[in-house]
Amino acid sequence: MSAARAQILSRVHAALSPLPQRASLPAWDRELLGRRGTPQATDPWTLFAERMKAVNGLPCATVEELVALLEGPGWRHGYCDPVLWPGLRPAFPAGFVVETEFDRMRIDDYQFGITAATGAIAETGTLILSDGGSSRRLAALAPWVHVAVVRREDIFADLHAALAAMPVDPNVIWVTGPSKTADVEGILIEGVHGPGVQIALLAAT
Amino acid sequence: MALQPIDQFAARLPAAQRESVRQATKGTHEKRTQLLLDRFADGDGLRRLAGQIKQHVIENLDTYLPQVEARLQANGARVHWAATGEEACAAVLGILKARGATKLVKAKTMVSEEIGLADYLERHGIESLETDLGEFIVQIDHDHPSHIVRPIIHKTRGEIARSFEREGLGAYDDDPQVITQRARRYLRKKYLEAGAGLTGANFVSIESGRLVVVTNEGNSRFCLAASKCHIALVGIEKLVPRDCDLALFLSLLARSATAQPLTVYTEFIAGPKSPAQPDGPEEMHVVFLDNGRTEVLASECRDILRCIRCGACLNVCPVYRQAGGHAYRSVYPGPVGAVLSPMLAGGRFPEFADLPKASSLCGACQEVCPVDIPIPDLLLRLRDRGKREGAALASAGTPPMGAWALLASRPALWRAALAAGKLIDHVPTRLLPVPALQAWSAERTLPAWRGGTFRAWWRRRGRRRPGNGAQVP
Repeated sequence: MSAARAQILSRVHAALSPLPQRASLPAWDRELLGRRGTPQATDPWTLFAERMKAVNGLPCATVEELVALLEGPGWRHGYCDPVLWPGLRPAFPAGFVVETEFDRMRIDDYQFGITAATGAIAETGTLILSDGGSSRRLAALAPWVHVAVVRREDIFADLHAALAAMPVDPNVIWVTGPSKTADVEGILIEGVHGPGVQIALLAAT
Repeated sequence: MALQPIDQFAARLPAAQRESVRQATKGTHEKRTQLLLDRFADGDGLRRLAGQIKQHVIENLDTYLPQVEARLQANGARVHWAATGEEACAAVLGILKARGATKLVKAKTMVSEEIGLADYLERHGIESLETDLGEFIVQIDHDHPSHIVRPIIHKTRGEIARSFEREGLGAYDDDPQVITQRARRYLRKKYLEAGAGLTGANFVSIESGRLVVVTNEGNSRFCLAASKCHIALVGIEKLVPRDCDLALFLSLLARSATAQPLTVYTEFIAGPKSPAQPDGPEEMHVVFLDNGRTEVLASECRDILRCIRCGACLNVCPVYRQAGGHAYRSVYPGPVGAVLSPMLAGGRFPEFADLPKASSLCGACQEVCPVDIPIPDLLLRLRDRGKREGAALASAGTPPMGAWALLASRPALWRAALAAGKLIDHVPTRLLPVPALQAWSAERTLPAWRGGTFRAWWRRRGRRRPGNGAQVP
C-alpha cells in the first residue's frame, strides 16, 4: 500500500502546485455560534433538562424520580455500573434485579443499563460518554432504557466548550436523545438499534 | 429532438413515488431553514466560514495528509492508502483475512457504495451486512440508495413490509414501528457475531486525529461496541483542521441533513478502545481513498471536494424533487452528484456528461449548502467541458444554436426577427415546427412577446440630454 501512498501524495502535490495561492485558514470566534435570543434559565442542569426534553430525552433530578420511571412500565431487570450502584441501591425497592456485570451473551435480558456520563452539553441536551468514564459501551446501548448519571459541574454550556475540554480518551460519544430513524416514509421511530428511552439522572451531591 | 436522459427518467417515475420524494424533501428543507434562522444570529455567515475552512483544507492536502497520518498512527490506528476503489476493497479484505474474520457489519458510508465494497466482499466469501435501517432494506432488495441521507426515500412502507416477509423477518406488517423492531432484533445478533465493524468518517480532525462518525440510529456505535476490529473507509477530502472547527461543522451538518440541532450519536474515535473498557475494537484501521479525488483536485471543479454529504442540495433541488435519485445513474445524486459523478467517473465522463445539464441553474443548491459550494458555477464548467470534449450526452435535449448565431451576428436580420416575433403571440406553441421548442413548451407557457422594447428604450434614452434630471423610464 506504500506505492498507493506515494502515488496519491504525488497526485495531490501535482494538483496543488500550479495554484498561484492557497486559501488561508480563517480564525473564528465561538461568538459566531451565538444563540439568537438569550436562554431563560441560568442553572446548567435546568438548561440541560429543558434541551434534553426537546429531543425526547427524560431528565431526572432525583433517584426516586428515576425509580418511579422504571417501575411504571415494569422495567425491573437491568445493569448498573459497579461504582455507581452502592450510591443508588438504597433507593431501589425489592423486586428490582440489578446486575453489576454485563454479559454480552444475553444483552436482551437487561431492560435498562445505568452508566456514568463523563459530562453533558446544555445547548443540545447531549450526554457525553467516554471509555474512561463509562463502564460498558454495550450496557449504555443495547438495553431499551439507558440511564446516564451526570454531575452538575460536568455540564458544558455548548458544543464549543465541550470540544475545548475533550477528555484524553480514545473514545468519546455524544448522545442526544433516544436512538431514532425516519427512514420509513419519514415517520419518526425511536429505539432502532440503541435505547428507545434515554434518561439522564442528576448525581446527588 | 429527444428529451434529456433525466427528463426521460422523470417522465417514467410513478406519480406516487414522485410525490413522496417531493413531500419528504420539501419538509426537511423547510425545517432546516427554520432551524438555522431560529438558532443562529448569522446562519449564512456560518456557511461561508465553513466553506472557507474546507477550501483551505483541500488546497493544503499535500501538507495535511501526512500530518493526519502521523496523528492517527500516534493514536494507535493503522493507516492504509488506496488509489482506486479496487485497492480499497482489497485493503479491507486483507484486514479481515488477517484477523480470520468472515462477517462484517457496516454502518452507512457513501464511500463503500462508491467502490462497490459489499459485492466485492461477498465475491470473496465475506458476509457484509448493512446495519442502517434504510441501507439494510436497500441491501435485501438488491436496490441502490436514492438519497445521500435517506437511502429509501423512494420506497413505501408496503414495499418494505413485503421485502421483510420475503426475507423471513415476519408476516406482512407495514407499521413502521414493527418494521423497525424486526430489524432491531435481527441486526443485534449480527453485531455480536461480526469479526469487524466498518464505518465511514464524517470528519477527521488533523489536530487530534479524531475520527467523527454521526448516526441517529446508533448502528455505527453498535458496530464499535460489539466487534473487536474497526475499519474506517475515508475519502482523502474529509479532513478538518482543528477540533474546535467541529462545533461549527457538526452544528451545520445535522441541521442541513435532517433538520436536527445535533445527530443522536456523535462519536469521536482516537484509536482502539482503552485497555480498561471491555467493549470495542482492539484494532483500528483507517483506509484513505483517492478514487478520482486527486483528479477533481487538479480540475477547476475542486470546490466540490468541500462537500460534507448532508443532502441539503438534493432536498431543495427542483430537478431532484421531480426525478428522484436513481435518475442520476450514480452513487451521488442531486446537484452535488451532477458535479461529482461525472468527475469521479474519470475516463467514463462522457457517460455522465448530461448530468451537469440536469439543473435549471436556479442557485438554490448553493444557497443551502453548508459549505457554500458554488454548484451552479461548477455545473457550467462541466457543461463547457462536455461540449469541448464532444461528449454526445452533453448536447442531449439541447436545440441547435446555429440559427440563433446567424440572427445574433446580423443586426438587420435581428431587427426583422424581433419585429416578426410578435407573431408568436398568435401561434399555438404546440404547432411550432421545432421539436425541442415543442418539448420545452409542453410544460410551460410563453410570456407575451416583448422583443425590441430594450432597443426602443435605449433609443429614447439617447435623445435625452444627460444631467438634465430626465427620469429614465
